Amino acid sequence: MADYDHIPTLKENIDRATVDSVLSLDVDKYKYGFESAIESDMAPKGLSEDTVRFISAKKQEPEWMLEWRLDAYRRFLTLTEPNWAKVHYPQIDLQDMYYYAAPKSTPAPTSLDEVDPALLEMYEKLGIPLREREILAGVERPNVAVDAVMDSVSVVTTFREELSKVGIIFCSMSEAIREYPELVRKYLATVVPVTDNYYATLNSAVFTDGSFVYIPKGVRCPMELSTYFRINEKKTGQFERTLIIAEADSYVSYLEGCTAPSRAESQLHAAVVELVAMDNAEIKYSTVQNWYPGDKDGNGGIYNFVTKRGDCRGANSKISWTQVETGAAITWKYPSCILRGDGSRGEFYSIAISNGYQQVDSGTKMIHLGKNTSSRIISKGIAAGFSDNTYRGQVSAHARAKNARNFTQCDSLLIGDKCGAHTVPYIESRNGSAVFEHEATTSKISDDQMFYCQQRGLNEEEAVALIVNGFVRDVLQHLPMEFMVETQKLIAISLEGSVG
Amino acid sequence: MTTPILEIRNLHARIEDREILKGVNLIIPPGEVHAVMGRNGSGKSTLSYVLAGKADYEITEGEVLLDGENLLEMDPAERAAAGLFLAFQYPIEIPGVATMTFLKAAINAQRKARGEAEMSTPDFMRAVKTAGTDLQIDTAMLKRPLNVGFSGGEKKRAEVLQMALLQPKMCILDETDSGLDIDALQVVSKGVNALRSAGRSMLIITHYQRLLNYIVPDVVHVFSDGKIVESGDKDLALQLEAKGYADFDGAAA
Ligand SMILES: Nc1ncnc2c1ncn2[C@@H]1O[C@H](COP(=O)(O)OP(=O)(O)OP(=O)(O)O)[C@@H](O)[C@H]1O
Ligand SMILES: [Mg+2]
Repeated sequence: MADYDHIPTLKENIDRATVDSVLSLDVDKYKYGFESAIESDMAPKGLSEDTVRFISAKKQEPEWMLEWRLDAYRRFLTLTEPNWAKVHYPQIDLQDMYYYAAPKSTPAPTSLDEVDPALLEMYEKLGIPLREREILAGVERPNVAVDAVMDSVSVVTTFREELSKVGIIFCSMSEAIREYPELVRKYLATVVPVTDNYYATLNSAVFTDGSFVYIPKGVRCPMELSTYFRINEKKTGQFERTLIIAEADSYVSYLEGCTAPSRAESQLHAAVVELVAMDNAEIKYSTVQNWYPGDKDGNGGIYNFVTKRGDCRGANSKISWTQVETGAAITWKYPSCILRGDGSRGEFYSIAISNGYQQVDSGTKMIHLGKNTSSRIISKGIAAGFSDNTYRGQVSAHARAKNARNFTQCDSLLIGDKCGAHTVPYIESRNGSAVFEHEATTSKISDDQMFYCQQRGLNEEEAVALIVNGFVRDVLQHLPMEFMVETQKLIAISLEGSVG
Repeated sequence: MTTPILEIRNLHARIEDREILKGVNLIIPPGEVHAVMGRNGSGKSTLSYVLAGKADYEITEGEVLLDGENLLEMDPAERAAAGLFLAFQYPIEIPGVATMTFLKAAINAQRKARGEAEMSTPDFMRAVKTAGTDLQIDTAMLKRPLNVGFSGGEKKRAEVLQMALLQPKMCILDETDSGLDIDALQVVSKGVNALRSAGRSMLIITHYQRLLNYIVPDVVHVFSDGKIVESGDKDLALQLEAKGYADFDGAAA
């Protein structure tokens, strides 16, 4: 007879401790809407050359870095804001923002005992999985290293020692600029050029911190590297800068999680993430983005304008982006892959949920430059409430990209009839041997499905969450275990109030 | 007198401006199995949907008690948690949701609604194993999304599996026998019979007397034009099989 003891379900597969800690989280309407009482050290309000100099000085940056920033700032002055995305928002007043806020503290902590207890408490409120909190408390053998970015400065970086034994560098960007200037100068802005776009240029001028990862040749990173971003100070634009370099034959999996406290003013987040993968290297970059989406009438919330790009520079290299977007008032984000190395591969797995008055314009670009390059895109968009959810994807093959292959699947699910889902694919091929496939579907949760689930005892919200989790299953399974349960939970939270 | 598990009094229901249920009266005491037979379109499925709380219908008159409680005031999930189960005539597909995942979600949602603790994973596995074995349901099927690509017979078996795991007080089976091959009919009947117990009642909607050879009913009702027009013992089903519904149409007046 069949053996029923070994049927894995999504949940059972996941480490019990993580499950329990996630289950114990408060699932109130917006659970991260608090402000922590850590003092800040702020730059003068507004954007100017002085602001740029202030940031650079605060970071004790070398002269070349200041010059680099000033150059970006001057270029920025010549640019205008893009308006092609399908999002609408009030003009952002760049002079009415602060560009730098560092938690006030004594020199960098050398051990966790020196860490501000308010910070540790914040980790707890943020619901950082138990396992990671244990690591912060030094209890367990680490398998997740957390580089916590609160506001603009990396306050705690854990397990760098263990990583450095195998030659891995995992530190804040400011530290990298000071300690590893050759590496930073060699790679910074080689994937996202300074003038790539309005927000990227702004970021180049005023970025405050972010993560830096360097994986040497032949090294497989022994743990998931993870960063928790958090916007904490009022009216502080968050300009993160992340750079990940995977040398030949190396592997790294990087997790980025975002939460932010709720407040009335909209906030700008304009991050730049650059990934470089050399021959046979693989980078897996996962994001769960849960920023404040604004209240139910659409006020407040984060503006998330992000440039994320990976460069498959080496032959047979691979970069995969997996993202779950549930927060932010406005999202404008297109993690992309440049498939430069022959035989390289790019992947994009995305779940984008919009509810209330959220506007999401997201997607990817797969630029096939090398021979025998392949890419795969699976996008699941869920729109509820009065939200708008647009997938915008570009797949292109250049003249040299013989045998380029792409498969795109783009599914939208509508909940209610006041929301919209849009699919905008751009396909461009300059090579006759390229084969690009595109499939798109749009569906609704049917009344019959809802009734069936309810007849089995699920209430409306549980039914929606279950059906939506089914809809996104193909993407969910690409997330690291650490994120899977949290994500299922997030999906349920972000769709609260979408029915009835 | 013991409280009936299900008590329907003068139930009238309409969809848009068409009346479909026209005064249903039915009492099912604990432990009894009642069969309902009737022409296509006479309103049998409508009765099952109205009892389960589907939104499309407007109830214009009447009363329904589930184990003494006012059923019509509850929302569908509350009815389920109170012990009402409907095996659908046409089970619905839930893409991407593994049958196992769905089962566990349903069990725990009902437990939560009743203020009970979640079922532990080992207990759940054990229960699924037992019920699955009895109904000859393949493990592989339980990993597949619920009802997606299931054959007609597989869907019906999955319905009975859910019923077995949810342990309802009141089971309504709407044509669970249709689409089953001869062997499957026996397997499913056995599964249903195993669930018969003193505290559990069943309402079995069917077109075929044959099912009632396997699941022997305490009472058989004839449904015609939105109400019950005749009730009798199991021999009534044989009579119907032999003569058809014509004799009973007049009685509806
Ligand atoms: N949404 C609807 N709008 C209008 N009429 C409907 C609707 N749903 C059901 N009906 C009608 O109600 C009547 C009863 O249907 P019901 O499905 O209850 O019959 P049934 O007795 O279960 O039939 P069968 O034996 O074929 O399953 C039918 O005439 C049907 O067409
Ligand atoms: Mg019917």
